[in-house]
Amino acid sequence: MIAIVDYKAGNLTSVKLAFEALDCPALITSSSDAIRAAERVVFPGVGAAKSAMENLRSMGLTEVVREVAETKPFLGICLGMQILFEHSEEDGGVDLLGVLRGKVIRFPDVPGCKVPEIGWNEIAANDPRGFVRTHDEYYFVHSYYAEVTPCTVATAGYAGVDFSAAVRRGDLFACQFHPEKSGKTGLRLLRSFINEPSSEGRP
Amino acid sequence: MLKKRVIPCLDVRQGRVTKGVRFKNNIDLGDPVEMAVCYSDNGADELVFYDITASAERRPIDIGMVAAVARAIRIPFAVGGGIASLEDMERVILAGAEKISVNSLAVRNPQIIAEGAAAFGRQCVVLGMDPVKSARCPSGYEVTTRGFREFTGMDAVEWAKRAAGLGVGEIVVNSVDADGTRTGFELEITRKIADAVGVPVVASGGAGCPEHLRDAFLEGRADAAIVAGILHTGDYTIPQIKSVLDAAGIPVRLRWD
Repeated sequence: MIAIVDYKAGNLTSVKLAFEALDCPALITSSSDAIRAAERVVFPGVGAAKSAMENLRSMGLTEVVREVAETKPFLGICLGMQILFEHSEEDGGVDLLGVLRGKVIRFPDVPGCKVPEIGWNEIAANDPRGFVRTHDEYYFVHSYYAEVTPCTVATAGYAGVDFSAAVRRGDLFACQFHPEKSGKTGLRLLRSFINEPSSEGRP
Repeated sequence: MLKKRVIPCLDVRQGRVTKGVRFKNNIDLGDPVEMAVCYSDNGADELVFYDITASAERRPIDIGMVAAVARAIRIPFAVGGGIASLEDMERVILAGAEKISVNSLAVRNPQIIAEGAAAFGRQCVVLGMDPVKSARCPSGYEVTTRGFREFTGMDAVEWAKRAAGLGVGEIVVNSVDADGTRTGFELEITRKIADAVGVPVVASGGAGCPEHLRDAFLEGRADAAIVAGILHTGDYTIPQIKSVLDAAGIPVRLRWD
């Protein structure tokens, strides 16, 4: 079973529907036990980092998310990727989960580049497990971006900046874009996530 | 590089997609879910649905249709028409739509933009506006509401700036003068608003051929363009439109299989 972490940070329906389109049942849950019991965990999110962190804390989910991000096949999406880093410039500065080293920064104001970045952007990828490929196009919606770090496995460019489109550390994969809204390309990525052997299944 | 988006628009009336000219004389075109799947499979970057009579009839939006569309397609879509409250917005989002388009409601109650942005994130809140040429506004364009039934006296550019300040993530500029005429987008007001706000602007109303979209991107400085009639009647396909845009050097998404 896949657990989709519900911490009142945006639209989980389309994530669940995308997994259902792949005949893979997914449970939307804010129960730590259910998250720990799941084979794989999806950590979505849209909206603001500060309120998302407050929700995680008030719902008692900070520790379990940190834990499963290290121990299970884990997919962070959009704000669910950003929150894994250490710090965001958003809302005057927010400390994040710190699962990954690095910070989250606002796009600079560049004439002709509207913020938020909304739409399909092309990535350059170097993912050892092949979840994403160079020239893949995915749907992005964001005003802030994660800087490129040693964990970056895909980059995209906007407003004169190269940013982390996807990051990986072991079984943790997280993307700035929305695979659940990126047509067949996105479904292929979700299929890769579902098909990846979980740590329990490994020798 | 970020691609310019081509967005088919489906006007829905009593569960069926319809198309009119300047908001009138609507004809039946088909089932919204079937059409959504067809456009999604054929290169649409996003979709938008308007429940076109909900606002005038003062009834809520058709949530069943929103849920059915969300189940059927894997690209983003926006929904507008008949949104009357924050609760309505939440129901649309929970049904699986990415964005809510507010138009008449935002004119009546601009604070709903800030409330929606705070509750769901600004990327969820789209301002739809129906400007019409008018000598009594400084920009030359006045905002109308309720499907061109009411004039507001509000200047279109000033309203766009105010809405962006309140927190909309995107602005759809739907020219009443051009709507359904196939004579091209109203480039002047599109460009004026695109230059005045920091959020993406979507050109809407008047697409008659692929070159009109090219003009909306190059001259209107739009980030996305809405097409309806020329797709619904089969006169053009999305790949045909995108190949014209690509030839003009406009970045578009060309692969979706």
